[in-house]
Amino acid sequence: MQFFFEALIGGLLSGVMYSLVALGFVLIYKASGVFNFAQGAMVFFAALTVVGFVGKGVPLPIAIVLAFGAMVLLGLATERFVLRKLVGQPPISLFMATIGLTFFIEGLAPMLWGDAVQPIELGIQDEPIPWLLERFDIVVSRFDLVASGIAAALVVVLAIFFQKTRIGRALRAVADDHQAALSIGIPLERIWAIVWAVAGFVALVAGLLWGSRNGVQFALTFTALKALPVLVLGGFDSVAGAIVGGLIIGASEKLAEIYLPPLMQAGFGGNFGGIEGWFPYVLALLFLLVRPEGLFGERHIDRV
Amino acid sequence: MKRIALAVAAAATLAVGSIGTAHAQAKEQFFPILSYRVGPYGANGQSLFGGMIDYLQYVNMKGGVNGVMMTWEECETEYNNAKGVECYERLKGKAGANSAPVFPLSTGISYALIDKSAADKIPLAMVGYGRTDAVDGSVFPFAFTMVGTYQMQATAIVKYLKDQNKGSLAGKKIAYMYHDSAYGKEPIVALEAEARVNKFELVQIPVAHPGNEQGAQWLKVRQERPDYVIFWGWGVMNQTALKAAQKVGFPREKMIGSWWAGSEEDTVPAGDAAKGYMSATWNVAGKDVPLVADIEKVVYGAGKGNLSDKSKLGSILYNRGVSYGVLAVEAIRKAQEKYGKGKTMSGEQIAWAMENLDLNDAKLKALGATGLLPPIKTSCEDHEGSGKIKLQQWDGTKWVVKTDWIDGNRQLVHPLFKASAAQFAKDKGITPRDCKKAM
Repeated sequence: MQFFFEALIGGLLSGVMYSLVALGFVLIYKASGVFNFAQGAMVFFAALTVVGFVGKGVPLPIAIVLAFGAMVLLGLATERFVLRKLVGQPPISLFMATIGLTFFIEGLAPMLWGDAVQPIELGIQDEPIPWLLERFDIVVSRFDLVASGIAAALVVVLAIFFQKTRIGRALRAVADDHQAALSIGIPLERIWAIVWAVAGFVALVAGLLWGSRNGVQFALTFTALKALPVLVLGGFDSVAGAIVGGLIIGASEKLAEIYLPPLMQAGFGGNFGGIEGWFPYVLALLFLLVRPEGLFGERHIDRV
Repeated sequence: MKRIALAVAAAATLAVGSIGTAHAQAKEQFFPILSYRVGPYGANGQSLFGGMIDYLQYVNMKGGVNGVMMTWEECETEYNNAKGVECYERLKGKAGANSAPVFPLSTGISYALIDKSAADKIPLAMVGYGRTDAVDGSVFPFAFTMVGTYQMQATAIVKYLKDQNKGSLAGKKIAYMYHDSAYGKEPIVALEAEARVNKFELVQIPVAHPGNEQGAQWLKVRQERPDYVIFWGWGVMNQTALKAAQKVGFPREKMIGSWWAGSEEDTVPAGDAAKGYMSATWNVAGKDVPLVADIEKVVYGAGKGNLSDKSKLGSILYNRGVSYGVLAVEAIRKAQEKYGKGKTMSGEQIAWAMENLDLNDAKLKALGATGLLPPIKTSCEDHEGSGKIKLQQWDGTKWVVKTDWIDGNRQLVHPLFKASAAQFAKDKGITPRDCKKAM
């Protein structure tokens, strides 16, 4: 039972890391109705920019601030050169534009900063907390706990931003209908620029944490793959959904990876395992059958 | 004015054309290079292909192979099988019948090219990767698994562990954690056979691609409490594993990676978590290898180096790239000895040379390549020609070689290759060559 809890806790903490990436998707979807395929590439770009500045002798805190500046610039450029011409176009056009943006960023980042795999040292050791290990024989990483704290803080800030501020309400209005939002005087361009900048900030936080754990490298773009089932499960437009979805996906994939293969081997023979790659997607698809809009997603009723 | 401009352009075109013709008439050996410098494995590709191209440049700057200059063209595969095939098709046209060996540096692309390269009579070099039963040259005349195969590597690691345990692994538990792909699955059959023979328990732990999340796998390691972890990772999977091992407190000294999980690209990003970690290798790191030092002096001294980041010079993967260059060039030299010095060799002639290569210690020393390769002696029956590894350990700043050459378990592994190749021949309707006649 102790091992079960250890796996469960480890899974929940991993799930928070997925949620961090999912949050970036949610922000842009919530504010513009666009599924931003480039979010994974933005995570890569942000982390690579930090290590790029550090490599040039800039202290880490300043490098993080500069990288945030770069993310804001990227957001502004995206709004100006990619999205502005597409106002009022079908969502699929915007989605396709973000696919193009993905390839552009994936090419641009190594061109600017090189493609060597590089570490980020945030000063948080990815080691078990000794007290929990000695007292309960449970491995809980200090790093994962700090990451969870950061994610929780981000969620609270974003929830307040969306629910309680004027800009937040404007963002939600834009997401519902671009043309209607424009007709009541909401400055669409400014709103989109703000949301892409905020998504850039979330990408920066995710990039720092994932990069610190696995090294800053192209594979950071794959973090997006971990966020997709989280979004399906939690709902594309819910900040809370990204968190809850992340926790469910994280915990279930870890428990499945540990407990399912022996059962499958007993049933079918052969060698199973490595199911983490597809299990979250199957779970998300099953969930879609029951609740297509996700756990916290907004249910749309179109009147005809 | 417009007419004058047109006339100048036409004259320039003619001049360039004539230079091209003269260029084509010079004796050249063309290398189709299927490289990956961008994408998930681009960082590794930069060093590997950089080392190989630097060596070709070095050979040219030393007068070529009996006057024949090495030429090459790169095509970006992004480590993607479809793009690899596309690049092969594009570049083989440029090579014509006179292609130097193709090094895809990808097991997936190698699998995709096995039939094509045989049909085109272009040697396919699978040095430390690729389809391992191609050791049997009677079935695979144009595919070369030179230096070592995954199975021989895995059994050599078992041999090392056995030596560390006073000659017996009975009652021990070894976890095999692997990239859930052809690369990771290839050694399983050999490890299972070793487990039966040596009476140790083998626990298999696959990791789904790309391997950037391994929490469950390392919890399983914690649950199983193995004595050792043999680790078959690639790319981001390697750094993630080292960090995850630290998280669950598994000693890195008892974790032994494959030669694709033992470069600076794997350990430096993992920081302190990598200290003590061991891996297989066939080439040493460092610039104190005479050939590597000379490349730095001759090629980089003339400003013709391929690496944009010169700090990679002398890294494990860079030196491995140089070792690829050495193998290819020595095969061309060998082919020239038989078919005519100073001539451009055909793919078929180079394939013959790759099958009759004999790079002993003295030859490696003469090339300044001691430490870059084990002695290699290939034949029609044995396209591997070596099957030896060394083990190295990361001391926190650099890789340190810890052992002499360790032989893989040839008696156990090679019959498996033979059986697999025979099955391949049967499935494809291939009549195996008689190796006694293939001289």
